[in-house]
Amino acid sequence: MSDVLVQSPAEKKPLIGKKERKLITDPLSDNNPVTIQVLGICSALAVTTQMKPTMVMALSVTAVIALSNLVISLMRNAIPSRIRIIVQLTVVSVLVILVDQILKAYMYDISKQLSVFVGLIITNCIVMGRLEAYAMGNKPFPSLLDGLGNGFGYGAVILTVAFVRELLGSGKVFGFKVVPDVLYQAGYVNNGLMMIPAGALFVVACYIWVQRSLAKHLEEKE
Amino acid sequence: MSPISTSGTIVFALVVTTLSAALLAVAATILKPAQDENVLKEKQQNILSLVGLNDPNDFKKFDQLVQGLVIDQDGQLVQGVDAISLDLPMEKKLSTKNPQYKVRYPMYVYRDPSGRTTYLLQAAGTGLWGPIWGYLALDEDGNTLRSAIFDHKGETPGLGAEINTDAFEQQFINKKLLNQQGDFVSVKVEKGKHDASMPHAVDAISGGTITSNGVSKMLEQDLACYLKYIRQQSTQSPQS
Repeated sequence: MSDVLVQSPAEKKPLIGKKERKLITDPLSDNNPVTIQVLGICSALAVTTQMKPTMVMALSVTAVIALSNLVISLMRNAIPSRIRIIVQLTVVSVLVILVDQILKAYMYDISKQLSVFVGLIITNCIVMGRLEAYAMGNKPFPSLLDGLGNGFGYGAVILTVAFVRELLGSGKVFGFKVVPDVLYQAGYVNNGLMMIPAGALFVVACYIWVQRSLAKHLEEKE
Repeated sequence: MSPISTSGTIVFALVVTTLSAALLAVAATILKPAQDENVLKEKQQNILSLVGLNDPNDFKKFDQLVQGLVIDQDGQLVQGVDAISLDLPMEKKLSTKNPQYKVRYPMYVYRDPSGRTTYLLQAAGTGLWGPIWGYLALDEDGNTLRSAIFDHKGETPGLGAEINTDAFEQQFINKKLLNQQGDFVSVKVEKGKHDASMPHAVDAISGGTITSNGVSKMLEQDLACYLKYIRQQSTQSPQS
């Protein structure tokens, strides 16, 4: 780690400048794919009952967005525009199948919990959205950063949702019990609503509400 | 972007698809052994957890802990087939295509430290949306169920999917397969309240009737075949 820091100050500046940093940080807040663009909601509702599978889902989606952005950006000048959507879809599908196969081989339990939702990353609007909106018109490195940023933005939201749902729905965080037994004996019960997808809608809505009241500039001017 | 000719487009599409296919084929081949091992491990875990062995160290000693054997649907022992790698759902599929085909069933014999034998059995059937399956522990008397595990591919959460909850599975403990006369009656999943006084029935899942019926049906069908074999064993060698 340390020699990387020592040798690279000269090159580092142009590599991650202000513009590049914005590519990563923008999707985390002001241009979040889930809460601002309201894309990828389906999986945000489906996989967020527990934090551990949600974490894996977030990493899988990030890997798929970043790598497909990179690949498509590398090919962007060669792709015939008439078949560009189907080429994008092919690249995304290949990456998703790879992720699914790797999970099945090395994280079998979690892959069982995520079941069909890994395969459904193919239809996650964020992925295709970033390819069309960004990777088709930008250089590979910024495209990779844009993909990472959007993946992190997606991950931040679904992890927050999963945290609330797992805490209120099962009294746990990352599978560890945090609500003490005393509380249950005193009559506290887990919230069943949080275990069903409708519960996630409420959590996502509250997230958007909080985010918009904190950042007033996001409101559309009348 | 300069317009690309039709032939150029076709060549591009061919190159992309060929490369993708090659990449996926390589990945699938490399990852297959690890994936198969996971499926096998899960099966072994399920089987051992029927008799309360949940320690990861036990899973490694699977072959020493239980003796696997394969029988056919008439209760005859089948030689030369490995029990753990036998795919029961596949066997059943073959028999629906060809009525002449004899379904082969895997079973495992476990002897606990006190010397008591438990038969560990497998069942497979269909629920509402797809396959359901179960693992059952039957006492050496060939009558009393010791434990049961069920699972499913994609039953409705909260309804049919409830078959793999402890609450449902624990109902099967100490249920009897035979009636007073010693005839096979299986254990049925039925509506209504059931308690220890009703040895042949457990509570169905409200809203999961088709899944519940699927469980009843697979138990009746598959346990009957196992019992044919187990009864032969107990008449042939009553001393063991």
